[in-house]
Amino acid sequence: MTGAIGLARAADDAGRNASHDRQRHVPGEPGIWVLLFGDMLVFTVLFTVYLHQRGARPELFAESQGALNRALGATNTLVLLTSSILVVFATRALRRPELRYLARRLTLGGVLVGACFVGIKAFEYHEKIAAGITPSTNEFFMYYFVLTGLHLAHVIIGLIVLTVLSTLARKPEPTKTHMAFFEGGACFWHMVDLLWIVIFPLIFLVR
Amino acid sequence: MRSVVRTNASLIWLLLCALTIVSWALGTNHGFGEGHHLPASLVIFAVAIFKVRLVGLYFMELKMAPGVLRGLFEGYCLGLFALLTAMFVFA
Repeated sequence: MTGAIGLARAADDAGRNASHDRQRHVPGEPGIWVLLFGDMLVFTVLFTVYLHQRGARPELFAESQGALNRALGATNTLVLLTSSILVVFATRALRRPELRYLARRLTLGGVLVGACFVGIKAFEYHEKIAAGITPSTNEFFMYYFVLTGLHLAHVIIGLIVLTVLSTLARKPEPTKTHMAFFEGGACFWHMVDLLWIVIFPLIFLVR
Repeated sequence: MRSVVRTNASLIWLLLCALTIVSWALGTNHGFGEGHHLPASLVIFAVAIFKVRLVGLYFMELKMAPGVLRGLFEGYCLGLFALLTAMFVFA
């Protein structure tokens, strides 16, 4: 009797797990994750190289870091987080037919807020160049310009992707492929946010 | 609109913004006091990786992804934290 009850419980658990697994899904096309993890690994290598160089000349890195505008860096983090949450809302809206009309506006909102990052970064670079600071000033600033410049290129690509997604979001009845493309593009944008979440403390804060 | 905004991700966004301000304050004043850069920096790294994990789980929706994909991401977060702190302390 006890064995039968145990078996029934196990079957019940298996059924529950099966239905739980059905709800699980890979956001976007599976292939996008190869690109995302690849990009994240490339940046991880750059972070490691930066820390290795910092280890050789900690005083130079700490002193040079003092010339950075930390308030602008923190503002840019808040900008990307806000843009990301708007894209999360857009994805949710696109999934629900009655709210689909909001998806395009929310995606464009994400583009507008995300574009502020480019404006703030341009101001920051202008500030540095006006003060005579360029990538050739010293090793720290070489890494500062390379890491933030490479990330800025990702932001610009992400903004183009989001603009394309905003046209997709206009479709009254998006197909599964459209949804997967939207989710994949959204994940790319969140990865851009995620990378900045590491770059900001690494270059601007820790010493 | 309310049903789009009412999600765990909204709360996570608030938490991420608050943590950004905490890290910024720590990094600016090194709130643990002068001469305590190392503990403050380690806390800043820990907060950053925690934020990365939140973005992955709630914004990228990896919380509901199949175990392998979620596991890869969790492994990346763990590896990144170990690598950054080890390089920072020992390099």
